[in-house]
Amino acid sequence: MQAVDDPMPLTLADVTIRLAERTLLSVSATVMPGEVLTVMGPSGSGKSTLLAFAGGFLDPAFRASGRILIGDRDLTEVAANERRAGILFQDPLLFPHLSVGGNIVFAIPQTVKGHKMRRQLAEQALEQVGLAGFFDRDPETLSGGQKARVALQRTLVSGPRYLLLDEPFSKLDTALRQQTRALVFSKAKAAGVPIILVTHDGADAEAAGGRVIEIGSETEA
Amino acid sequence: MYLTAGNGLLVIILGLPVLAGIAGTILPAFGYLPALGGFRPTMAHLAELAGQPHLLRSVLVALAAGLITTFAALAIVGTFIAGFAGTPIFARVHHLVSPLLAVPHAAAAFALAFLIAPSGLLLRLVSPELTGFTRPPDWLLPNDPLALSMIAGLVTKEVPFLFLVTLAGLPQLPLRRARHLMAALGYGRLSGFLISLWPTLYRQVRLPVFAVLVYSVSVVDVAMILGPQLPATLPVRIAHWAADQDLRMRFLASAGALLQLFVVFVAIGAWLVLERLGKLALTFLTRAGTRMRRDILPRAVSGLAMAGCAAIIFSGLGALFIWSVAGLWPFPKALPGTITAKIWLRTLPQISEPLLTTVALALSASALALVIAISLLHRNGRGGNAASYKLLYLPLIVPEISFVFGLQILAISIGFTPAFPSVLAVHLLFVLPYALLSLSAPWREFDPRFEQIAAGLGKMPLRVLLTIRLPLLFRACLTAFAVGFSVSVSLYLPTLLIGAGRLTTITTEAVALSAGGDRRVIGVYALVQAALPFLAFLVASVAPQLLFRNRRAMRM
Amino acid sequence: MIGRARQFITAAMLALGFAGEAAAIDVNDWNSVVAEARGQTVYFNAWGGAENINAYIKWAGDEMKARYGVSVVHVKLEDTAKAVATVVAEKTAGKDHDGAVDLIWINGENFAAMKREDLLLSPDWATKLPNWAYVDHENKPTVLTDFTIATEGLESPWGGAKLVFFYDSARTPSGELPDSAAELLEWAKANPGRFSYPQPPDFIGTSFLKQVLTELIDDKTKLQKPVDEASFAADVAPLFVYLDKLTPLLWRKGKAYPQNYPDMKQKFADGELDIIFAFNPAEASAAIANGELPNSVRSFVFSGGTLGNTHFVAIPYNASAKAGALLFANFLLSPEAQLRKQDPKIWGDPTVLSLAKLPAAERQAFEALDLGAATLGPDQLGPALDEPHPDWMTRIEAEWTRRYGAAN
Repeated sequence: MQAVDDPMPLTLADVTIRLAERTLLSVSATVMPGEVLTVMGPSGSGKSTLLAFAGGFLDPAFRASGRILIGDRDLTEVAANERRAGILFQDPLLFPHLSVGGNIVFAIPQTVKGHKMRRQLAEQALEQVGLAGFFDRDPETLSGGQKARVALQRTLVSGPRYLLLDEPFSKLDTALRQQTRALVFSKAKAAGVPIILVTHDGADAEAAGGRVIEIGSETEA
Repeated sequence: MYLTAGNGLLVIILGLPVLAGIAGTILPAFGYLPALGGFRPTMAHLAELAGQPHLLRSVLVALAAGLITTFAALAIVGTFIAGFAGTPIFARVHHLVSPLLAVPHAAAAFALAFLIAPSGLLLRLVSPELTGFTRPPDWLLPNDPLALSMIAGLVTKEVPFLFLVTLAGLPQLPLRRARHLMAALGYGRLSGFLISLWPTLYRQVRLPVFAVLVYSVSVVDVAMILGPQLPATLPVRIAHWAADQDLRMRFLASAGALLQLFVVFVAIGAWLVLERLGKLALTFLTRAGTRMRRDILPRAVSGLAMAGCAAIIFSGLGALFIWSVAGLWPFPKALPGTITAKIWLRTLPQISEPLLTTVALALSASALALVIAISLLHRNGRGGNAASYKLLYLPLIVPEISFVFGLQILAISIGFTPAFPSVLAVHLLFVLPYALLSLSAPWREFDPRFEQIAAGLGKMPLRVLLTIRLPLLFRACLTAFAVGFSVSVSLYLPTLLIGAGRLTTITTEAVALSAGGDRRVIGVYALVQAALPFLAFLVASVAPQLLFRNRRAMRM
Repeated sequence: MIGRARQFITAAMLALGFAGEAAAIDVNDWNSVVAEARGQTVYFNAWGGAENINAYIKWAGDEMKARYGVSVVHVKLEDTAKAVATVVAEKTAGKDHDGAVDLIWINGENFAAMKREDLLLSPDWATKLPNWAYVDHENKPTVLTDFTIATEGLESPWGGAKLVFFYDSARTPSGELPDSAAELLEWAKANPGRFSYPQPPDFIGTSFLKQVLTELIDDKTKLQKPVDEASFAADVAPLFVYLDKLTPLLWRKGKAYPQNYPDMKQKFADGELDIIFAFNPAEASAAIANGELPNSVRSFVFSGGTLGNTHFVAIPYNASAKAGALLFANFLLSPEAQLRKQDPKIWGDPTVLSLAKLPAAERQAFEALDLGAATLGPDQLGPALDEPHPDWMTRIEAEWTRRYGAAN
């Protein structure tokens, strides 16, 4: 994969997110490269807003304090497109107007020049997840598991500094979920970047095998 | 998120002419129009207005017709979408109805009149065989005092408009999921849709609904052709006053235009009350858990009404076409005795120049409007601060007749020579709101996660706009463009007044001729006029299909 | 720098229309008018509701281009008042030069209004036009008096008009035709629902009211003066007694009216109406030639006389192409243009020229015109009744609207 920089730890320093007067969550943690930090909480607990904060697209309705750092670099005020946060949502969200390969090529950093070179990289990325020959396919014709794998590769080829996983397995059926989960974690760890996973599924946390922070009113009470 | 200074400036530049136009109308209403010796504020013109015979009836008929039209059109569209969205019938009716948006209001009104008049096509088809009529019966139709034919004419035109703007918002709804869920809970299609999706959908089309309301309450051309005549509705009477040979009537016309503004406010107020009642009813329905499993009747009615609109306008256009090639065609013959291309041959050479002007105006106005709309929406960000550019909707919420006269005075006094750029500028004023209206709902409902992913991949906002958002909203953009195009094509008063008649379009030519009433010439112009926006919508519906023929998710 | 700035200012002034305003035009020096007109574009604001008239104007414009290098653009209006409104708006905005309207097809109320508001090119230019020499101002008093308002040379005559009725001889026997307003009422009793008139304030509709008023008023000379408030109610009483009787016998029982003459003509063609009327005696022949009416249509007038008037062209005070407009007005008066205009196959609008004043060849050409079977000859048109003062028109329109403006 494209490791643009040497992997660096991700630090959430005294991050607090509020909606109106209500404090949704308070988190302080450092995630080492290759490590997964799992944030668990029931739906509505605000765990997705933590990812939005980390990704740089927190809705202005929320108020956040604290800082987010990659290595020593403070990203708090940095625009989303300069943070290079790889994101996986519940839905694969492949760009429907591009081909499967087009989705990957779009993600390859602009520093990689040449149409041929970029295509080759994309084809390799597809091959790695068992989707050789899928380059020109319409994303809509793929199965759920296939889409999830394309989405994963799209994120990884962009050379992210850290990964944000927003319940990426919750919409897959059980068999597929385990398989995809294993793939995502192995590839993500292989990329050697810090990973934050939010989920409400204990099995996800278990598979991630890292620290677990529980948020949400039930656990706090 | 706050507006940038650039956006604020844009809003001022675009909103100001409207406000100035209103001022140019309000001042004469209170007696200020120096060119006609009006220097002193006076209530005399408003008093004169109040003294106009049968004024109340003119007001009430316009108000009632507007409200009924809007309600009926919305009910038909809502029921149809609720009952059929996602079915094969839906796609078929969609293709049937879309072209109707292209038909100019006046042409549609003529089409209806040509059908239902006592000497119209319908009666000709069955006479004298079934009716025994060898001469047209003395029936008061159209122009009936209750304005039923006018309402019918307006509904046939507003249904396609509402349908298409609703359709633009539909892909953003979790239609299939909601359908399955509600079906599983045992709800009928209608009640299921009504409870689960309608509130969101209605929020998206709310401004278009208000635009329909304002338009229907203020319409002039359709009311002239189909509406009651004794007395005519208020807007028609204002138009007559404004065109009166006696220049002092301008004061009365301005007072009338002010009253029209008030009538529109009342109509909007009444609609807000209706909305409240509708919400209560829906809440009640939801709480009661009414399943309404046997909803075949309302569904069928809405389907028939949708198809009926298409049938009326298409057969009316057919009638227009037959007239355009007719020789002498006495009643009760179902077809003209002789067919001739004379009218077409005589008219076409005269049409080429206005046609070119029309197309050039419409293309530049709608392209410009689309670019402005996109940059406004883009800069105002996700969710946007809609209130900050609400001013742009003024041309839609202010009845046209209430501010064009003032706008003309303004245009001349700031040195606008009647030429292409000034007419383009005023077209933009009307086209931009429609383009923005058409685009903003799908823009707002766009899944922000696509952009978040792209940003996470390191793409600059402009690049995300160009490579992700705009392609995904390609259909919505084209629809906005086509809407703008057809608005521009059908603009009459602004073109005439600001262009000082020097810039003729198909529409100014057609309306000038419609005063002459020759059905055959009207036929030619109406068909050409209808063909232009029709082409724009054709492009808007076919282009995404072609461009994304290998992308299933992009084709609806 | 200064040079640049001056250039800019000149350009700006040109754009705003301040520069380039020539000295006042002298109509008496016709050669200078012709010279100045060359290269100008004349925006002729004229009702555009009839294809045959539009085609005629196009022909006249093409001739202007070919002969004098003047371009004519026909600004097709649905209502002449729109052009008046343009000039009003320009005056309001202080745009006293370089106006958008160069020439207006006009008469009656619009002329009275523009004259009253000083919106017309003055002083007298119309009688200074070279072709004025042919105009029949001796026998056609309406050439000098437009609806009782003296024209004072502020508008140039273009064509004549006379109220004429049409019927279809295949449907209505000529022996049953009415010969006066009173007889028309009787006819309507025998043929309910087959007569109507365009809804006032439509010009033709109001003309019908004026025709009836002229026939029924106790003293016709009252109509040549502005309305006398004291006697107005009594003066118009016979008209409204008449209309009260006629209205229930009208098409749609008077609950709706044709919107204008062409609308009325269409309803005549459809067989909904049996008697209609127009201001152009050749209108029926033109409509037959055009396939709009069956060739069994014929004309008739009242032996006691029907309204007659003249229509004109006028130049706004702020016209951009005054010389071109003068030249065009003169061309429209030429025997050649007038002859073509009177041809029913082209338009059929009666000339304002005196045949006696024309050179022999032109006179013969006029006499040789085939006016068509549906057109009455000049000797059959009967006496012309004078148009009332515009005041009457406004007042009876208002009174009509008050009484009949809301059906049931």
